Amino acid sequence: MPREDFERNLKLVQDEVVQLSSMVEKAIFKSIDSLKRRDLGASQQVVDEDDIIDAKQEAIENRCIDLIALESPMAVDLRVIIAAMMVANELERMGDYAEGIAKISLAMGELPPLKPLIDIPRMADKAVDMLRRSIESYVNRDIVAAKGVFHDDDEVDEMYEQVYRELLTYMMGDPTTIQRATYLLWVSHDLERVADRTTNIAERVMFLVTGKTEMD
Amino acid sequence: MASELRPISDQLRRRRTYRRVLGGIFYGLFLASVCVGIVGLVVLLYEVLSNGLPWMNWQFITDYPSRHPEEAGLFSALMGTMWLMAMTALFTVPVGVGAAIYLEEYAPRNILTRVIEINVANLAGVPSIVYGLLGLALFVTWFQLGRSILAGSMTLSLLVLPIVIISSREAIRAVPDSYRQAAYAMGADQWQVIKQVILPSAAPGILTGTILAMSRAIGEAAPVIAISALVYLTYVPAHPMDRFTVLPIQIYNWIARPQDEFRGLAAAGIIVLLVILLTMNAIAVFLRNRYQVRSEE
Amino acid sequence: MVLEKEHMKNVDAALTAKNLNVYYGDFLAIKDVNMAMKKNSVTALIGPSGCGKSTFLRCLNRMNDLITSASVRGEILFENLNIYSDNIDATEIRSRIGMVFQKPNPFPKSIYQNIAFGLKVNGFSGDTDEAVERSLRQASLWEEVKDRLNDSAFTLSGGQQQRLCIARALAVEPEVLLMDEPASALDPIATLAIEDLVRDLKARYTIIIVTHNMQQAARVSDETAFFMVGENRSGYLVEHDDTQRIFTNPSNVKTEEYITGRFS
Repeated sequence: MPREDFERNLKLVQDEVVQLSSMVEKAIFKSIDSLKRRDLGASQQVVDEDDIIDAKQEAIENRCIDLIALESPMAVDLRVIIAAMMVANELERMGDYAEGIAKISLAMGELPPLKPLIDIPRMADKAVDMLRRSIESYVNRDIVAAKGVFHDDDEVDEMYEQVYRELLTYMMGDPTTIQRATYLLWVSHDLERVADRTTNIAERVMFLVTGKTEMD
Repeated sequence: MASELRPISDQLRRRRTYRRVLGGIFYGLFLASVCVGIVGLVVLLYEVLSNGLPWMNWQFITDYPSRHPEEAGLFSALMGTMWLMAMTALFTVPVGVGAAIYLEEYAPRNILTRVIEINVANLAGVPSIVYGLLGLALFVTWFQLGRSILAGSMTLSLLVLPIVIISSREAIRAVPDSYRQAAYAMGADQWQVIKQVILPSAAPGILTGTILAMSRAIGEAAPVIAISALVYLTYVPAHPMDRFTVLPIQIYNWIARPQDEFRGLAAAGIIVLLVILLTMNAIAVFLRNRYQVRSEE
Repeated sequence: MVLEKEHMKNVDAALTAKNLNVYYGDFLAIKDVNMAMKKNSVTALIGPSGCGKSTFLRCLNRMNDLITSASVRGEILFENLNIYSDNIDATEIRSRIGMVFQKPNPFPKSIYQNIAFGLKVNGFSGDTDEAVERSLRQASLWEEVKDRLNDSAFTLSGGQQQRLCIARALAVEPEVLLMDEPASALDPIATLAIEDLVRDLKARYTIIIVTHNMQQAARVSDETAFFMVGENRSGYLVEHDDTQRIFTNPSNVKTEEYITGRFS
């Protein structure tokens, strides 16, 4: 089979992107979970482990650059490599958001949360679900699934609106809650950004498969 | 013997020695073959030079033949040879080169062309006396040209025509096809390609072939004898329809005489002939080398 | 079969092939090619060995006429005339559609005489010196040879000889320049020099270039046509589109297979 080595390397890059997404998934989950349970040790771990995520993204990027320089990829091969680089980039940013959430958890310290966390974990579940599905659509080159992820972003935006209004109510009612409310606001903002990034991944999948960037 | 790279068996060593000796023997045999040719040539040259040199002087070249050996010269034969060569070249070159151009550039690759090619090759091997008889019948008698230089040169040109055609074809064929392609691609028509690209490139080869053909013609006694007969002339030809004699005939004349002195004269005549031949060949080789370097890139 | 894009049809075409079929004796070498080649543009012809791209190129200036077994059916339109019409003289076509070959083939003459050759055979009556200089300048060779125009062409390096051949072809001021793998016999630096030259020349000429080197086609051409070997070893045109499309997102799967090297 012609270009066996090259095919293998393309597969390798793709596998590494999947590994990276799995690392990011765990980081997001752990950051929310440690926030909920007030486990500051776990939060610190998330902060520390972000370095590993960054290193992984950098490794993927370097491998892609090497492939471009050495293999002169054309057409679909070129799109596969470019897509891998961009998806890895999105995942690394999502890792940063997870780290941000963990840092808020650390900043909250001994303070109890303002209210039982219900909506925020729901947002997190949705965002992680979107991440998982976007990566699946990337692996399977499935543009229908990609489009599905793209449209789910509306739901997350609505949830964010809801959380925002609720926290606003708290803050307006009792100014002493402002500090803790803003912490939660930032967390939900970070989750909204995570969901947003998964739609970027879905767009990359469209580009990879069709060569076009419009979603519809 | 240099130190061996690996230990080898005695058997191998013996075989190597055997092969080396065998190689040496063959080398000796081949060298001997060459020597046979060289020795023969040297002996011939020695004979000719020792007999002929005493008779070589300026008078010999400018005098006419005479019954007295001391006054005999080969001027008429020399001039006859020159005339004959010039006129032969006049006929042979246009016809021979033209035929070569036709066969290489115009002729379609069909059976007729193949037949022509085969015949030209065969003609090169026909004995020269046959051409002499042909010339006698056709030019001397039928065309009523008499025993003139004209008839003689036309006959000789038929003789050497195949050589000129074949060597000209080789020269034309040696022109790389890429030149033709480049020339056509610029909008040249066939004649322009031939005239401006092929002929200039092939010219050295054609020239060499022509000179070699002429140097063959110069020594052909048989057809010339058939045409002009064994004459004893004491004048130089003045126009193409004149009678003539050539060096080989004059040499033969002298050999046929009983007196010993004429042997020496004959030898001297041979020297003149050889000098002319060597000069022509040297020119041909010189030209070939000179143009070979230029186009061999 | 062939995806002839709408936007490729309505172009200002220098040359158009219509239902072109080429036979060598009984063997069909090229089948049913329809293609419009844009003016002042570089069109690359790519494809595997034996796909007929060189044969196609040689049809465009009737060089296939020199091959006795070749017969051409169909039309090649140049300025609204079919160059294969009976009343059109091939030599005239060739002075307007020039050609540069794979291996540099300068004549065994001086640099000056090489360039003047085309002028001579086409009955040029103007200032030859000026024309020679103009051609050498256009081929980016003037500076390197201006002091030795009477030297033999063989004293030039391979890359210079090829530029000399280009200058020679340009001397007769053709409208189209056909190039059959012009850089394949040259080293990488000379190759890039030729590519730069092609880019410069397209402002004045239409260039059709056959190349084995896909990266070269991608670098140098505006449109690319991909030929392929079909049934009975006949070549045919698979896809003809903007170079950018062909190399990032071709429409035909065979094109993609070829340019990604999965074709075997």
